[in-house]
Amino acid sequence: MTAARILVAKTSLDGHWRGINVVSRALRDGGFEVILAGMVTADTIARVAADEDVDLIGLNVGGRVEVVERILDTLAEHGVKTPVFAGGTIPHYAVEKLEKRGVRCFPPGSSLDDIVACARELTGTVA
Amino acid sequence: MFNAALSGDRRSLAQLLSVVEAGGDDFEFVAPKLLASAKGIHTIGLTGAPGAGKSTLTDAMIGEALRAQRKIAVIAVDPSSPFTGGAILGDRVRLSDEHARDESVFVRSLASRGQLGGLSLAVPGMISALDAAGWPIALVETVGVGQSEVAIAASADTTVVVVNPGWGDEVQANKAGLLEVADILVVNKSDRPGADATVRDLERMLHLGAARSWNPPIVKTIAAEGKGADVLWQAINDHRAFMEASGEWEERRRTRRLVELRERVTSALQRISTDIEKNEGQDIAMRVANGELDPATGAAQLRAMLGKRLGD
Repeated sequence: MTAARILVAKTSLDGHWRGINVVSRALRDGGFEVILAGMVTADTIARVAADEDVDLIGLNVGGRVEVVERILDTLAEHGVKTPVFAGGTIPHYAVEKLEKRGVRCFPPGSSLDDIVACARELTGTVA
Repeated sequence: MFNAALSGDRRSLAQLLSVVEAGGDDFEFVAPKLLASAKGIHTIGLTGAPGAGKSTLTDAMIGEALRAQRKIAVIAVDPSSPFTGGAILGDRVRLSDEHARDESVFVRSLASRGQLGGLSLAVPGMISALDAAGWPIALVETVGVGQSEVAIAASADTTVVVVNPGWGDEVQANKAGLLEVADILVVNKSDRPGADATVRDLERMLHLGAARSWNPPIVKTIAAEGKGADVLWQAINDHRAFMEASGEWEERRRTRRLVELRERVTSALQRISTDIEKNEGQDIAMRVANGELDPATGAAQLRAMLGKRLGD
């Protein structure tokens, strides 16, 4: 039995690792294999998602929604069809924008249980 | 997918690696083709205690490989949680973005899964796949804490063991058994106090062992600054040249193939025995758990059931 694999990447250059660590831990406890990419460029996210053959991509957002949009464009350019979800400081106006592009969003205050449940849904795995 | 992977398509290789990792019928279907396409990959095992600097050294070795215009694949192993089966695979955090997206670099993260034989089946299979796809070098990075991880490292062509200054005393080093598997020893973070004393300790311990045709060199590095990386790379290449000249290259492959053969049989038996425990052997398992039946007698009874299944 192979566990579902999730790539978790930081999209901002700030030093805030807490959110990403807490979420990664929750996903691990949910039985997922979490591949931490650290701070990488959009091209690298596309490359890593393909090389690691992941089932889901999680983006840690640091307020700037343009960065996330650029990553989505890059993934599309590379033909990566892996589902994406995002968490972190996502402004209200951006949530709607991203969800229109098929990205499930978890702004501050979201519950870890909901995030793990969403990961299960998007990867087609059960608890 | 298989042919595309062998002709250099990365996406297909990534999918092939998933098939190999999962084991199962799909893997058994491709396994003979992998052998037929084997080219002679050089496998480097990199192991050491958590925090010794393995991932940073891996990044430095990628840099050296690229400088030498060689392609390099990396299998980075991290432990799975024994409770949930989940894992955080964090070795990429130390990987520079430049290396992570270089066409000549292929990094794959792997969870140890904790199950018996899990790693020792997935890693050799993945190395065969990388070999068949034309990758000339595979670096396997594992945490050297458990027997299986040490075994993985030992099954490489060249095993590099990473320690830090002030790393235990001689007794501990001997106990850890890491020295026995080392073809090359690295004292990383060697700008820290005690580096030279650690090198002397290691030298003394190596001299205690039986004389070998290859004397493991001890390399001092400061991986975070890239210092000593060129010396380590040279030592790895020297070891390869030694193996090729001495016949050890083929000898290690023979041993490794036999180890994999045994692991695959053992793992298949283990699967059946676990299944018996949940079905016809359930009562026996329950009585052992309750302390009503001793484990040895219980095992003998389960073994009889195993024999019956295999006879079918």
